[in-house]
Amino acid sequence: MSFFSLENLIEASYFLAAVLFIFGLKRMSSPVTARGGIVWAGAGMLVATVVTFLYPGMGNYALMMVAIATGGILAWVSGKKVAMTDMPQMIALYNGMGGGAAAAISAVELFGGGDHGVVFGALAVLGGMIGCVSFSGSLIAFAKLQGLMKTTVRFPGQQVFNLLLLTATLFLAGYIVTQHAEFNYIVTFFVLALILGVTMTLPIGGADMPVVISLYNALTGLAVAFEGFVLQNAAMIIAGTVVGAAGSLLTQLMAKAMNRSLANVLFSGFGDTPVAEGSEVSGSMKPIDATDVGVMMAFAEKVLIIPGYGMAVAQAQHKVWELTQLLIKRGVDVKFTIHPVAGRMPGHMNVLLAEAGVPYDIIYDQDEINPEFPTADVALVIGANDVVNPVARTDPASPIYGMPILDADKAKNVIVIKRGQGAGFSGIENALFFLDHTRMLYGDGQEMASELIQAIKSL
Amino acid sequence: MIDGFIALYIFMLAAFVGHEIIGKVPAILHTPLMSGSNFVHGIVLVGAMVALGRAETTLELTIGFIGVFLGAGNAVGGYVVTERMLEMFKSSKEKKS
Repeated sequence: MSFFSLENLIEASYFLAAVLFIFGLKRMSSPVTARGGIVWAGAGMLVATVVTFLYPGMGNYALMMVAIATGGILAWVSGKKVAMTDMPQMIALYNGMGGGAAAAISAVELFGGGDHGVVFGALAVLGGMIGCVSFSGSLIAFAKLQGLMKTTVRFPGQQVFNLLLLTATLFLAGYIVTQHAEFNYIVTFFVLALILGVTMTLPIGGADMPVVISLYNALTGLAVAFEGFVLQNAAMIIAGTVVGAAGSLLTQLMAKAMNRSLANVLFSGFGDTPVAEGSEVSGSMKPIDATDVGVMMAFAEKVLIIPGYGMAVAQAQHKVWELTQLLIKRGVDVKFTIHPVAGRMPGHMNVLLAEAGVPYDIIYDQDEINPEFPTADVALVIGANDVVNPVARTDPASPIYGMPILDADKAKNVIVIKRGQGAGFSGIENALFFLDHTRMLYGDGQEMASELIQAIKSL
Repeated sequence: MIDGFIALYIFMLAAFVGHEIIGKVPAILHTPLMSGSNFVHGIVLVGAMVALGRAETTLELTIGFIGVFLGAGNAVGGYVVTERMLEMFKSSKEKKS
């Protein structure tokens, strides 16, 4: 084999792709270089895909082109169209497709009946199983977040059922690897794995879904790595493993930010569990009107804005940014403070603010900003609730006790923009709303932001 | 050939790399990064192409076709949404210029 052989060209290209993926992901981990990072990774993907057409011993190119074109165009169009608020479920959908592709590779290898030996056979089967779970699980996650599926299906003994299903699938997997099982067994195996993904995801509530999507993202990575071993493809092994490891860590970080363990997310319901008996909150909510808030903010030295998903739902982020610019012009020090789980997944709120044009250097993480609350004249809470509830610090009986929160209650004045008086997403009463230095500005987020802008302009 | 312990070494080192990359990421980039890593496992497209390229029976061709279709969706969709999200991240300086 000469140095400039086709095989070496392919291997070198895959090597280049792996390098580009790693450097691309590395660049994505800083806001300054992040935009370049995805381009690097994209270049790697392009190189790997083009060179694969040269792979020896292949045919069916017409079919391949049609599949790439249809899948690619559909994804391109949907990806360009999707609203930033719907990003989590779109990521779930694309991730599910990746899992499905890994399962398809496994299926072709198994049905093809090639003798891989026990180790490679086991990897093929495991990758297929994980891919199937990720595929059907991600589709359920997508359906739930998209609002296509409103009910959370739970039945008695569900966990025992899932465990039995898992055992049966693994048993069948073992049988297929060791006995070179025939068609029917392989089909049954894939069907069971697909059902497992569905029954694992169904009982999980919408609030926990981001953690689950992140988990399935990591699982797809692992499945891709396993199929990479089977196909002897280094780019797949490296990219899949890197994503598997990175995704696992990201899943843990998310679960930690929500004050939940991964096991807790997977094996217990949240969101529709009966509201735990927290202590009664005493006092009353004191309303205020926009003119007064406008004056308060215009003459403040420091204003900290705490946006929540409610702000994004009301599409108020553009108005809030306009308000911020007005205040900055008047010399007010304005900062955005983001709780790790603001939005629907960690970092989602940053994306929504970025969309409105808020520069990332006035957006601060919880740990950076919490020491600044006591020096803030106004903390403006807009569409956030549980993440500013001080009972998380004080009341061990509360279901959110121990969850890290933004210390909005320590600011000199707290203004809460809220539609009505009801409890939040989790159904937990918020003690912040009842504090002596808290005022409630009732109304739609976008309208209230507009009124604040008017109030400040007319000063 | 990548087999036996070489494969195990690659697996171990790649796992460390993945762990290291995420370890220092600020929370503001978690969503784009999850999306970016979602794009990177779109490399499964390459494997699906090989599987389809070698497929012979109608069954294998059908599954291979679905695999390539799904893999292309993962890669292209992952790229488009990640690029869209990251495109919006700008600092105050860039805003003014």
